[in-house]
Amino acid sequence: MQWLLLARDILTTSLLTLGCLIALTGAAGVLRFPDFYSRLHAAGKTDSLAQVLIMLGLLLQTHKYPGLELNAGARLVMITLFVVFTSPIATHAITKAAHLHGLKPWTRENDSHA
Amino acid sequence: MIYEKAWIFWVILGAGCAILVGIGMLLVRAFAGPTVFDRVLATNAMGTKTVIFVSMLGFIQNRPEFIDTALTYAIINFVSTIALLKFIQHKRIG
Repeated sequence: MQWLLLARDILTTSLLTLGCLIALTGAAGVLRFPDFYSRLHAAGKTDSLAQVLIMLGLLLQTHKYPGLELNAGARLVMITLFVVFTSPIATHAITKAAHLHGLKPWTRENDSHA
Repeated sequence: MIYEKAWIFWVILGAGCAILVGIGMLLVRAFAGPTVFDRVLATNAMGTKTVIFVSMLGFIQNRPEFIDTALTYAIINFVSTIALLKFIQHKRIG
């Protein structure tokens, strides 16, 4: 049974690494992209995926809470479901507010940096 | 004594540090953002990363209460984003 525990830890490591990589990519995109709508693309796409991957990785480690495994796991699943449902709604609300405010997407014609 | 920790502890700690670096990058955008929507977007993404970080902190410190804190953070983050956008759009909340 020892290899099963090792496989669980290795799976957690890969999920956490992938999730952190995606989260850092999204943060770099928000920092570096030239335009509000492209920044929105970087943030909105990566947020929920990184969150799901990291929460799946943590879900495999609930044995660190003896007697509370189901309790902690259920709450992690609740957080994951909540963020998966609300993160696209928040992104859509930001986009709609910016569009109604009259923010124009960045194109080659109205490029102010060139 | 600290060296007796399982190696998965250090993995979770490193992931938490990576998330903190991401929060710092988003904080730069939240301060520098040219429009108010950039700031709202960066703050919203920071909130999601804070939820992740707080639940990792629970695993680092072996305290399951932190997951409740993360759940509260998620709810407050969503409600505050929507309220802020409504305020920007209509100049009032309601």
